[in-house]
Amino acid sequence: MDRFSWSNGLLEIDETLVIQQRGVRLYDGDDKAKLDLGVALLSTHRLIWRDVKNHECCIAMPLSQIILFEEQAAGIGKSAKIVIHLHPAPANKEPGPYQHSKYSFIKLSFKEHGQIEFHRRLTEEMTQKRWEKTTASQPIPTGTGSQAGRTRAVGIVGIERKIEERRKETDKNISEAFEDLSKLMVKAKEMVELSRSIANKIKDKQGDITEDETIRFKSYLLSMGIANPVTRETHGSGTHYHLQLAKQLGDMLQAPLEERGGMMALTEVYCLVNRARGMELLSPEDLLNACKMFESLKLPLRLRVFDSGVMVVQLQSHSEEEMIASALDNVSDKGSLTAEEFAKLLGLSVLLSKERLLLAEKMGHLCRDDSVEGLRFYPNLF
Amino acid sequence: MRRGVGAGAIAKKKLAEAKYKERGNVLAEDQIVQMSKQLETFKSNLEEFASKHKQEIRKSSQFRVQFQEMCATIGVDPLASGKGFWSEMLGVGDFYYELGVQIIEVCLALKHRNGGLITLDELHQRVLKGRGKYAQDVSQDDLVRAIKKLKVMGSGFGMIPVGGSYLVQSVPAELNMDHTVVLQLAEKKGYVTVSEIKGSLKWEKERACHVLDHLLKEGLAWLDSQAPGEAQYWLPALFSELTHRDVTPEEANQMTP
Repeated sequence: MDRFSWSNGLLEIDETLVIQQRGVRLYDGDDKAKLDLGVALLSTHRLIWRDVKNHECCIAMPLSQIILFEEQAAGIGKSAKIVIHLHPAPANKEPGPYQHSKYSFIKLSFKEHGQIEFHRRLTEEMTQKRWEKTTASQPIPTGTGSQAGRTRAVGIVGIERKIEERRKETDKNISEAFEDLSKLMVKAKEMVELSRSIANKIKDKQGDITEDETIRFKSYLLSMGIANPVTRETHGSGTHYHLQLAKQLGDMLQAPLEERGGMMALTEVYCLVNRARGMELLSPEDLLNACKMFESLKLPLRLRVFDSGVMVVQLQSHSEEEMIASALDNVSDKGSLTAEEFAKLLGLSVLLSKERLLLAEKMGHLCRDDSVEGLRFYPNLF
Repeated sequence: MRRGVGAGAIAKKKLAEAKYKERGNVLAEDQIVQMSKQLETFKSNLEEFASKHKQEIRKSSQFRVQFQEMCATIGVDPLASGKGFWSEMLGVGDFYYELGVQIIEVCLALKHRNGGLITLDELHQRVLKGRGKYAQDVSQDDLVRAIKKLKVMGSGFGMIPVGGSYLVQSVPAELNMDHTVVLQLAEKKGYVTVSEIKGSLKWEKERACHVLDHLLKEGLAWLDSQAPGEAQYWLPALFSELTHRDVTPEEANQMTP
């Protein structure tokens, strides 16, 4: 296991992903490695392993380290394994999870099967040695490879070959996808830099930018997913899109709000709206930015943030005094109430009923009895 | 900035612009025009990419991880808005936003039992179950990213590292370092005692009790005062699937002292 180095798991430009398999545990020789279950990835250049729980934990080893490998069949209570014998690590090897190992072989244990295909692919890659070629991600058939292909019999092997070809096609697609993605990202990066330059100039008031141009710029940032660095707020944090959205929400949320006592947590609104939409869903930020515009658009809804950080949408008509008065009434009526009891009484969520009681307490109308049994509110007789 | 009117003002502006350009600076408004053009090109490149590779993103969680990491490296958030190009053309948005809805619903349904704290594993299992056999595969990385987005809405979503994985918090309960450390201690057996805290963390009794009381109050811990020896503080979030059955809200109320 001391042949592995820490890695970020990203493929190089001419490196292609060949196969990946979940549920793989690593062994340092005959001992279980001090790592959990992970995903084993085979590329044209390396053997990579990533912890399934902690994605930061990712290690890799060049395929050139491999001398030979063999299958170890499954037994009772034992998963099938591939045993890989390795050359000694080079002196300039990057640090990895193991400084030193007394073994010069490792094992991959396939807890969720997949060893047959992995072994086949590993054989292919070790035969082709694509990492020795410096260009192209397209598989270059070597002389021996194609000859070996021709000597294969038809029949079952022919079917196997078709399946393999289809898999190769999928893999080729994935590697093409990664290539195309990298090119896209280069262009996107240029635009991020351009937008930063523009934002700085707007901030320093260099040049003559109109409100329209600023709004257009903001919408470009929105399209690209670049954080808005412009601090000059003209129409709140949103754009035309959020304006429209705010109006739609104004219509859509009237009835549900009234049914729920005039107040809904933002997460409730998020679920309600997205379930209704079915597709072209709103992001949490879209919803938040739209709600921030309620006031400036003079819609009868308001976004409100409680001290605890909880965000709600509430009906404007729903005045603060009314809420507090009704909370006081209910508590006096019953002598005392917890948030859960209050929630049941009003048909509200526990989260929101707690906020109301806290608010009434803040205004001096209720006082609390805070014990291990829970938080209970009493009318404030002081 | 109000544009000046009149011939004099126009001439003055032209002079200022010329001086500005002389210094090799490009005007911001020219850059905005440039950006608009680049955006159009980018949009069509992305459309081409989408028509070829949309399936990869749908099917492969590994690809999604790479995609997200690449975006983060260059400073782009593909999930910021449903109106963003990434979301619209690649469909990444809908995938994560819908996942967000499912996560909220699972957490809400179980809150009466675990107080708003759930392991990432259990959340993963329940979300997969809810999505059904034929739905797209969802990885834990996908969940983590969806949860990061949910934080924006202020309802206390957060992740606490515990035992090699995470606990997902879905209520705005105040949990500081002390609480987190006790949760991590309780992870092995699902419960913890005052003596264990004193022994492992070397705390005074008061500090241990203060933390445990807070967890009880927030509904994150249950007290078993009839345990042999000393009282045990159990964390329902850490109960494994093998040792629990679903508890109704009424039962949960009876269990708090």
